[in-house]
Amino acid sequence: MDTSQIIVTLLGTGLIGLVGWFFFAAPHRTATAVAGSGGMQQVDIKVKGGYSPDTIEVQQGQPVQLNFYRDETASCSEELLLPDFGIRRELPAFQTTTIELRPDKAGTYPFTCGMGMLRGSLVVK
Amino acid sequence: MDTSAPTPAAGTPPRPAAGPAPRTETLNIEGMTCASCSNFVEKALRRTPGVVQATVNLAAEKATVEYAPDQIDHAGLKAAVEQAGYRVFEPQAPAAPNVLAADEELAERKAQACHDLKRRFQVAVGLAVVIMPLSMLMLWPALMARISMPLLNYGLLLLTLPVLLYSGREFYVSAWNGLRHRTASMDTLIAVGTGAAFLYSLAATVAPGFFQRHGLAPDVYYDTTATIIALILLGKVLESRAKAKTSAAIKALIGLQAKTARVVRNGQEVDVPLEQVRPGDEVLVRPGEKVATDGIILEGRSALDESMLTGESLPVDKSVGDAVFGATINKTGAFRFRVSQVGTNTVLAQIVKLVEDAQGSRAPIQRLADKVSAVFVPVVIMLALATFVVWFDVADPARRLPLALTSFVSVLIIACPCALGLATPTAIMVGTGLGASHGVLIRNAEALEKAYQVDTVLLDKTGTITKGEPEVTEFITAAGTEAPALLPLLAAVERRSEHPLAAALVRYAGQQQSEAPTGPAEATDFVAHQGRGAGATVAGQTVLIGNRRLLEENGITLSSELEQAATGLLAQARTVLYAATNGRAVALVGVADTVRDTSAAAIHQLQSQGLEVVMMTGDNYQTAEKVARQVGITRFFAEVLPADKASKVQELQAEGRTVAMVGDGINDAPALARADLGLAMGGGTDVAMEAAGITLMRSDLQGVVTAIALSRQTVRTIRQNLFFAFVYNTLGIPIAAGLLYPFTGWLLSPMLAAAAMALSSVSVLTNSLRLRGFKVQ
Repeated sequence: MDTSQIIVTLLGTGLIGLVGWFFFAAPHRTATAVAGSGGMQQVDIKVKGGYSPDTIEVQQGQPVQLNFYRDETASCSEELLLPDFGIRRELPAFQTTTIELRPDKAGTYPFTCGMGMLRGSLVVK
Repeated sequence: MDTSAPTPAAGTPPRPAAGPAPRTETLNIEGMTCASCSNFVEKALRRTPGVVQATVNLAAEKATVEYAPDQIDHAGLKAAVEQAGYRVFEPQAPAAPNVLAADEELAERKAQACHDLKRRFQVAVGLAVVIMPLSMLMLWPALMARISMPLLNYGLLLLTLPVLLYSGREFYVSAWNGLRHRTASMDTLIAVGTGAAFLYSLAATVAPGFFQRHGLAPDVYYDTTATIIALILLGKVLESRAKAKTSAAIKALIGLQAKTARVVRNGQEVDVPLEQVRPGDEVLVRPGEKVATDGIILEGRSALDESMLTGESLPVDKSVGDAVFGATINKTGAFRFRVSQVGTNTVLAQIVKLVEDAQGSRAPIQRLADKVSAVFVPVVIMLALATFVVWFDVADPARRLPLALTSFVSVLIIACPCALGLATPTAIMVGTGLGASHGVLIRNAEALEKAYQVDTVLLDKTGTITKGEPEVTEFITAAGTEAPALLPLLAAVERRSEHPLAAALVRYAGQQQSEAPTGPAEATDFVAHQGRGAGATVAGQTVLIGNRRLLEENGITLSSELEQAATGLLAQARTVLYAATNGRAVALVGVADTVRDTSAAAIHQLQSQGLEVVMMTGDNYQTAEKVARQVGITRFFAEVLPADKASKVQELQAEGRTVAMVGDGINDAPALARADLGLAMGGGTDVAMEAAGITLMRSDLQGVVTAIALSRQTVRTIRQNLFFAFVYNTLGIPIAAGLLYPFTGWLLSPMLAAAAMALSSVSVLTNSLRLRGFKVQ
């Protein structure tokens, strides 16, 4: 092994580790829904290469309003799926799409983009 | 622009004591530009008398206001906002929200995005076809000798830049946005792959001396960069076209809606836009016209083409009192109907809603793919890095860098999470959309999968195999009882009952009316005996009417004469109603429910699909057997009480069967819910539809055949897609990494990898679209 091979090997292994850490150990940005009047819990979510916040906590049994603002044209985020609530919605770019639902059961419900790569979760407490 | 969290309420003013419950309303506020504006509006609203609570959301431009309806109304709230210097946007026709109205703006944006995509693709292709041959000049050494290598490289760089910065810009922007959120998508793969190839080439162009000093040829990969981008854009163009087709069915459904209605207002016929039609309006429909919305015919008769809703190809005759549905076509006669439902409450809107819900649902079969795609991209990046390292370490020094680089790029580019992501939803979209156009409404993806697994179909006889509209065929009275006198008494009881047999008797009594001079009698103390019949007091007499068990339970015996008649009726497969007045059996009513013309054929089709068909009925054994034989069913349950229907389903399940239950009535709901798959027949009750996985708009068993065949075909397509996607990725990535190179000398060029990747998602989509050719044999 020559020097460059050693450097490439070390760098490569380090990068692999970094990639793993970067994507899999990413902290969740959690937001708790703001209970508006009339019991409507509202959360604003920005969609830009991901969902921020990506973990949304809501109270069980009260209506929830999720406002998705899609701040990009990248096609990855054009669809939003909330499979447990049977929701598939197109998010127009640079617009807010409001999704209303009523979580009756506690649990964690994932929401994803159309291809399941951008992910977030709705935590019903 | 950034989103702002809705400001939490700071201290709730005391609610007004007494008075009606507060109401909540959402106002669309216009003119807010910053957080201070929204705070201002919020404060203004909160200060308004009668407002209990107000929250303003800047991002959504909405104010949610809770107010006491006895103190302030919508207009008052609007005034408060306007006084604060902002506007309230009033959506048109708020009374009849029309979800079906195609979102024009959304469609326009999509068309624009599609147009942009095409132009970016064209630019990429145009430049790639110039870059490719220029990069291959080195194949002609004689020509190369005359051209300066650095000059050529700079030329290629100039040609590649627009491909990167214009055509491929979105990939880099999206990848960057993803990185900031620590998420990765296919854009990340493309950006890293093409970015690496480009940066390497850029270095080789700008500082070729550095490469030469280290014994490396300063090769450039501009052709790779440009071609990958062009091919992936090609894939996207094809994908967006195919995707549009997957939702074509639901768009067609939405497009069915009428635009205007001819309403009678103040005695005048006026054409008004559909949004202005209200329940209670009277609407005129001429031959050849579309029915504007749902309603009940007041006058006239006609045949209507309801195929768009039910899949039934023959026109349906309708007359006064019958329900008509929006979007159906009036064929022959003219009629006037009273509007009963508009907007989101119409049958068409509900179908659209149901199909949309189904299309948003996730199939259990998708779970593995979901798990894989969640970690897919980072894992692929790690694999690509490992590939680079391994090639760099094992290949001979002169070739190791190009080999490592091209394999690295190939791995990144060939990996296609899209195929995994598209495999299930596209098939579900096409399948459910197609179902809707056949009058088969699939509630969710899970129902589709269940239908695939079903091996036994349990049919509730009445309303499925038979028309469910029994007719009185015999009316036999005991000696000393006059039919004309008795019939009104029985009809009075049965008028209160909701049982189909009761309706038959009421109809029969109506037909015999001329022979019954007495006026309509009133029934009091009405009691419905579940699964047995009904009883009441009419004109001072205790009247009981129902099955034999009802009489037996009340200790009433039949005279030998009636006994004999009953045996005769049962032998003819009649359902027999026994009537008693004041504790004495007085009459027998023979009722027959006719088998639908299509039942036998449909049951045969189900059986030939390998399904066991079992019948269940509340009728006695003889009747059940006769009907079963008539339609070719060998196994049946007779004399099943409504409450026992669900347990029959359970009984079959206990035999290890996966049961599909077909029913239409309210009392079928528990059985429908209990079954692995519930199919509610059209004209069925809402309760039954709620409990069912699949709703059939058409009232015959052919719909069951279609539903099961379509579900099976859809699930088969999903499996093919998932198989393809998994195999594609598990084979493609190792090949791109050069796993075959030591054995066969095969190495995948990044450009071929791009072509494979572009085709992989398109082939999954195409396979899903193949479903559109589905035909029921």
